[in-house]
Formats: sequence, C-alpha cells, structure tokens
Amino acid sequence: MTADELIDLEIKLLMEGIFQVYGYDFREYSEASLRRRLTQWLSGSGYATLSLAQSDLLRDRTLLDSLLRGITVNVSEMFRDPSFFKAIREQVVPFLKTYPFIRIWHAGCATGEEAYSMAILLQEEGLKGRFRIYATDINVEVINKAQQGIYPLQEMQHFTRNYQQSGGTGSFSDYYTARYNHAILSPSLRENIVFAAHNLAVDTDFGEMNLILCRNVMIYFKQPLKERVLGLFDTSLMPGGFLCLGTKESLNHRTISDRYEAIAPRMQIYRKRYAKK
Amino acid sequence: MRRNSRRKFKALVIGVSTGGVSALKFLLGELPADFPIPVLIVTHITPDSDDGMAVLLNELCSIRVKEADEQECITSGTVYLAPANYHLLVERGGTLALSIDPLVNYARPSVDVLFESAAEVYGPGLIGVILTGAGSDGSKGLLKIKKCDGVTIVQDPADAEMDSMPQSALQLMKADYVIRLKELPEILLRLVPKRP
Repeated sequence: MTADELIDLEIKLLMEGIFQVYGYDFREYSEASLRRRLTQWLSGSGYATLSLAQSDLLRDRTLLDSLLRGITVNVSEMFRDPSFFKAIREQVVPFLKTYPFIRIWHAGCATGEEAYSMAILLQEEGLKGRFRIYATDINVEVINKAQQGIYPLQEMQHFTRNYQQSGGTGSFSDYYTARYNHAILSPSLRENIVFAAHNLAVDTDFGEMNLILCRNVMIYFKQPLKERVLGLFDTSLMPGGFLCLGTKESLNHRTISDRYEAIAPRMQIYRKRYAKK
Repeated sequence: MRRNSRRKFKALVIGVSTGGVSALKFLLGELPADFPIPVLIVTHITPDSDDGMAVLLNELCSIRVKEADEQECITSGTVYLAPANYHLLVERGGTLALSIDPLVNYARPSVDVLFESAAEVYGPGLIGVILTGAGSDGSKGLLKIKKCDGVTIVQDPADAEMDSMPQSALQLMKADYVIRLKELPEILLRLVPKRP
C-alpha cells in the first residue's frame, strides 16, 4: 500500500467514526477535495497522521469543530457569477412577480453573500416585503457569520463590480456602511432572510419553495448523495418553481431530470414542470 | 531515462500561464487524435472566461479538446481544460472533480491542486509538464509528482515566453527533462508510444 493509499484508508476510517459518534456524514463526499481539505487541516493540527488525530477527534467536540471548519467551509462572494444573477433578474423574476408571496431556499449559503445578493435583487425588483429567503448551511459557525452580514471592506470593490455587471439598478454603496476595515450590510436586508443550520446529507426537506439555489455545493458530493439532495429539492419545490445550480453543474442524467426544463441552460437555471393533467 | 521507455503511463498533466495559448496551440496541434493517455491542463484564465479556449483549441487540433465537467469519466485521446474559477482534481475512480476551494498561489484553477491530486491517483504513471508562465504555481505540484515517481518535464526558462513558472519549478527540484517547447511533442510521443 502506498503512502497516499494509506491516507485514503485513514480518511475512510475517520469519516466512519465521525458519523457513528456525531452523526455528521462525510462518507459520501467526493474524495479528492476531502483529501485536500483534511491534509490541510492536519498540517496545522499538530498531529502527524489522521489516525493519531482520530482518537482525540472522537472524544473532543472542540477539536471536531475545528475539523468541521476545515472541511465544510465554502468560499463565496456577493453576486458571484454576475451573468447568473442577471439571468435571475431577467428570466426568473417576471414569473416570481406573479405570486403574492415568494419562498426561497438557499441551500449551502456559507457566509451568506449570495443570500444577501438575492435580497438586494428582489428589493430592487419591487418585491420588498413579499419574499422570505431560508438560507441554510451545515456549518453553524458560518451561519452565525452570515447572520451578522459583516464582510471585509476590501471585498467591496469586487462585490460592487459584480453587482453592476449583474444588472443592479441602484448604487451598491447604499447597501452597506463602512466601519474601520469592515462593511456592515444594511439590517433591512436581513429582515427577509432566515438563517438556519441544515445538513443536506441527513436532514429532511423544506416545504413549498418557489425557488431553490444550491450552487457549487453538490460538486463535493458523490452520486448517491447528489441524488438524495436533488430528491430533497424536488420534494420541496412547487410545480413551476425554479432550481438553480452552479455554472459547471447540470441536471442531465439525473432521476429528476424529466420533471425539469432548462430555461437558461448556460446558467443552469431549471423550472419544474406542472404535472400533466 | 531509459527506464521510462517501458513504463505504462496513465495520464499527462500540464500547467501553463502567461503565454499559454500559443504554447498549447503548438503542443496540442502536434498530438495525434488517438494519443493513448488523457491530458489534463490548468491554464490561468480570468474568472469570467467561458469555454472559448477549449472550443478554439478543439477546432485547431486533431486531438479532442474540451472543458472539464464535474464527475466526468477521464478517457484517453481527450484533452481536458480546467474551467474558469474552479480547481480541477482527479478522483481515484478515474473521474474528474471540480472545487471552488480558496485560491491557491493566487489562482483558481491552480496547477498545484491538479498536479497534487493527479500524483496521488496516478503515482509513477503520471507525466507532469510545466510550461511558460508568471508566478510559481505548479512547482509544489511537480515536486509531488517527482516524489510519487512520476516523470517531470520543465520548459527551459530561456525558451519560455515568461520564465518564472519554469524557473521556480527548477529551483525546487531537478526535473527529468528540461527542454525547449518544440522538442516536447517528440519526447511525449516517445514516452507514450502508440498502442498496437
């Protein structure tokens, strides 16, 4: 067995242990990224191998939390992929406007940048007070961070450019207050967002959504887990509702594919068909 | 180098940055459509790029060139380019994986990420190539390939449009081959002969 194969075995054993002890299921996570993240965590942990760390990880919740931080945190930015948000504004919002109230599930919201982006977009489209965004993530710490809506000031230039390219109709600086080295997002944006912990691998669905966003989350999942999550989304989505994936993710060749129509194929925006009469 | 002549290679990985388009046009243009192993490439492109470079190279070259899709099966006779704003990795089962993990060496996609994950999967069956480019991305990945007994090739800095990426790799390690770009196709075809 090569050194790398041995590491793979250690990962498998550790993931099984974490599932049995804590209920976090990473056994269906794609191995290449998991290995990279675990190796990175290990190099800063003081342990020589995952096997040596395992004994403590299975007993010490604080240590486990530091590991979870290392393997579940996704990076994000406001209006990531501006052309995606432009497509939402131009091709999805006109449908959303026909509903009296709009429910949105943002699965895997990380530190909240994209959830706030959606809130800004919907406000600008005149939907203020008519929507609620349920923004969820497996990682409780990032949810707390998302709730604060505070981001490094130096990111704002980049976010502003994204916002403008996405077809923003206002001035981005109206949405935050700069204080020291941070930008604090306007509290009014938070009024329509509910942040909550939710684990796609083990938790159940959210009911009656009009729009579900889950972008670049399932790229870390193996096929069976991906199918499970798509099933969750399918159960949660109203007929005529929209499902949005990352730009390199596609709904082709999935169990639920037949029930969806690509309305912006390059942007991976799909609409759930109404059941045939 | 003789020991390489009978070794069975499983994949070729290439890292390239500034000056990459013309280097790839030349190199991939020289590879036959039935090149016996898959080719995985990271070039540094801006986050909002589309698959234009893959489309262009596919038109110009006889070997098939495409942008990598997530969980796609890796097949020989195909060149996969990492998509903009995603890292490209290799899974043990022989499929591709994408990730949006933080930038590595200020880059996403990063050459190091591809090289390290490919070295872990292919071990001695991997050929790694660093071509022209600014910065130092790829050096650590190439060292990992060497440690896993793969073959390492670096473009001669004097021959490269931008010399810092090859230079940085050579500072970290002794490569098996340091060559000019125009010699590269011949070496690759010698290392990976056509299957009967």
